[in-house]
Amino acid sequence: MAERYSSFTPGGTGWFLQRVTAAFLVVVLAFHFFLLHFVNHAYEVTFLGTEARMQNIGYFLTMVLFLITAAFHGVNGVYNALVNQGLEGTQKKVVLAVLVIAGVALVAQGIYVALAMRGMI
Amino acid sequence: MSQSYNRGLIEDFGRWKEFSAGMWAWIFHKFTGWVLIGYLFTHIAVLSTSIGGAQGETTMVDGEAVNVYTATLQGLEGLFLVRLLEIGLLAVAVFHILNGLRLLMVDLGVGLEAQDKSFYASLVLTGAITVASVPTFLTGVSI
Repeated sequence: MAERYSSFTPGGTGWFLQRVTAAFLVVVLAFHFFLLHFVNHAYEVTFLGTEARMQNIGYFLTMVLFLITAAFHGVNGVYNALVNQGLEGTQKKVVLAVLVIAGVALVAQGIYVALAMRGMI
Repeated sequence: MSQSYNRGLIEDFGRWKEFSAGMWAWIFHKFTGWVLIGYLFTHIAVLSTSIGGAQGETTMVDGEAVNVYTATLQGLEGLFLVRLLEIGLLAVAVFHILNGLRLLMVDLGVGLEAQDKSFYASLVLTGAITVASVPTFLTGVSI
C-alpha cells in the first residue's frame, strides 16, 4: 500500500461518527418508512394525525434525533464524496463551510417544524 | 504484490468497464446517498407547511377549507408521479440500508471473502422488497 485511498483522516472522529449514525439510521429509517407507509398510509396523513403522533415524547425525540443524525450522515457523506473527487485547498474549505451551514439550517428548520407539529409553536 | 502503482483519480467513471462488484457497490452507495440527502431537504421543506397548519392556516380544496399541511400532503399523494417517485425512493433507501449493513460488516472484517456476493444479495433483496411494496404505494391513486 503505497498510498491511502480514503477521504477520512486516520483515527479521526469523522469515520467513527459516520458508522455510529449509520447503525442508528438503519433502524430508524426502516421504522419511519414502515410506520408512515405500511402502518399509517402517507395519503391519509392529516395535521391532526401528525400532531397526535408527535404528542408521544419518545416518538418526538426519536424524530428529532433522526433528523440530526440523518443531516450529519448525509452532509458528511457528500463532503467525503467530493473529497474523493479530488477536492483540495481553499475549495475544500469553502465546500465544508457551505455544507456545515446547509446542515445546521436543515436541522434548525426541522426542529422548528417538529415543535410546530407538537403544538409547541 | 508490494509494488506501488498509480490508480489515478479514485472515481474515474471513464473506466467503468473495469469496475468490480465492490466498485459498483461503492458507486451505487454514493448515488443513493446523494438522492437521500437531496430528498431530506425536500422532505423538510414539504413538512414545513405544518408551521402554517399549526396556526390554523387553510387552503381551499373542492370548495372546502382544509388545513394547509393536510391539503399539501394529500395533494402530493394524489399524484401518480409522486407515488412512482416514492417507490423509487424506497428502492434507493433499501439499497442504501442493505449495502450500509454490508459496509459495517466489511469495516468489522466480517465475511470479507463474500463481499461481492453480499453486494449481489443487496441488489436482489432491494428488487424483491421494492416489487413487494408496489401495491401498498399505489393504493388509492389513479393515473
